[in-house]
Amino acid sequence: MSRARVYATEAIILRRADYGEADRLLTLMTPQLGKLRVIAKGARKITSRKAGHIELFARVRLLLARGRTFDIVSQAEVIEAHRPLREDVLRGGYAHYLGELIDQFTQEGNEDPALYDLLANGLMWICDVPRPALAARYFEMRLLTIAGYRPQLFRCARTNAVLEVDQLAGSATDAVASRSLPETTFSPADGGALCAGAAAAARDVLKITPATLAVMRMLQTATLDQLMAVADKFSDQALHQAERAIRQYLSYVLERGLRSTRFIAEIEREQ
Amino acid sequence: MTTPNRTLPPSVVRLIDAFAQLPGIGPKSASRLTYYLLRAPSEVSLTLADALRDLKTLTRLCSVCLNITERDPCEICSDPARDHSLICVVEEPLDVVAIERSRSFTGVYHVLHGVISPMNGVGPDDLRLRELLARIDKANATRQPVREVILATNPTLEGENTASFIQRKLAGAGVRVTRLARGLPVGGDLEYADEITLSRALEGRQDM
Ligand SMILES: [Zn+2]
Repeated sequence: MSRARVYATEAIILRRADYGEADRLLTLMTPQLGKLRVIAKGARKITSRKAGHIELFARVRLLLARGRTFDIVSQAEVIEAHRPLREDVLRGGYAHYLGELIDQFTQEGNEDPALYDLLANGLMWICDVPRPALAARYFEMRLLTIAGYRPQLFRCARTNAVLEVDQLAGSATDAVASRSLPETTFSPADGGALCAGAAAAARDVLKITPATLAVMRMLQTATLDQLMAVADKFSDQALHQAERAIRQYLSYVLERGLRSTRFIAEIEREQ
Repeated sequence: MTTPNRTLPPSVVRLIDAFAQLPGIGPKSASRLTYYLLRAPSEVSLTLADALRDLKTLTRLCSVCLNITERDPCEICSDPARDHSLICVVEEPLDVVAIERSRSFTGVYHVLHGVISPMNGVGPDDLRLRELLARIDKANATRQPVREVILATNPTLEGENTASFIQRKLAGAGVRVTRLARGLPVGGDLEYADEITLSRALEGRQDM
């Protein structure tokens, strides 16, 4: 196979580390080449022509030259700089979270256009929507689906039985009745909700209210616009519970916690 | 990283390994440096060894600005000619060196020793931020309050986020908070400027 000396690709800057005297080592997410690491020479110098074009989470067009260990950025041009991420520390924090998730869910060199598109969209959502936290939840659900870990929220993940909450909801006709619906068990290890029978034997599970289950189902099935349109109806309790359930599931899938969540919690506490 | 070649004396291997741990130095450069020192006169190695030892034994962090210093408070903090009501907040000690080189700043510094980088697990609590807030509170209780805090973190995403985080923390402290102007680099070329630099240079334009 012959390899051209230079090649072009679109990319999102996922990570960036100082390298040598004035260079930067970039971890890129690309549509066709998956995740890859390249060197941007002289990028730390304030006069660098490239520096502003290879900022964290920018969507860029790159011309790369083949190198011995790492390929080298020879030209860079910004497609989308995502300026709100720089100006709003909470949005910036969420961008780190999205970046960390994508980094964790991908291996170097594995092509995955769907994950690339998700990241590109996710960064725009974080910039644009009034509630970046909700956009992050939506991103998590999309990511789990694309990566093959879509949580089962409509049937028991173990027995495929109809969930108790749905059996009763079918007969409930008024709001008073829906308020007395039973809680559902969410099991990270089973990747979804459990019926009462399966829940009795399960360990490390969470109880979620009917409202939380409704939020999680909507995160899985609605469009972001639909979600934002009804976002004000979600209670804080349901949103927090959904966040905890999804986060525990992500930790279970990744077999590790996520670093950027601590910082987001810190900023949210400030606000 | 250990050197596979077993014919090398342990003392040589030890130095190669030590060099190889430094940022930006790979096994090849580490070997090259080691062999250079082997061939060079003894003074070169001994001077280096002394400098390395002093680096850790003689230096500490200034108790006021947290810059690296041999005396506490540091030269800048103990200089009565500097404006102590003007604090310039920077990421690293080397940033102090760079700003001092410009000879256009007469205030004092505060070194954060890092920048908020959530993906690398660095949050606000990992920076020397609490010291800055305490320092301002303490000064504001005296007759020499802090007038202005200049946020001079790097114009990177992490630097910007760190600056806006500090700005929020300082809101209500009765201190003017400013950010270094962002614009076109001297000797640069408009054609090659990225969109954020260009839009900020436009926003920050001045009468002439
Ligand atoms: Zn000092």
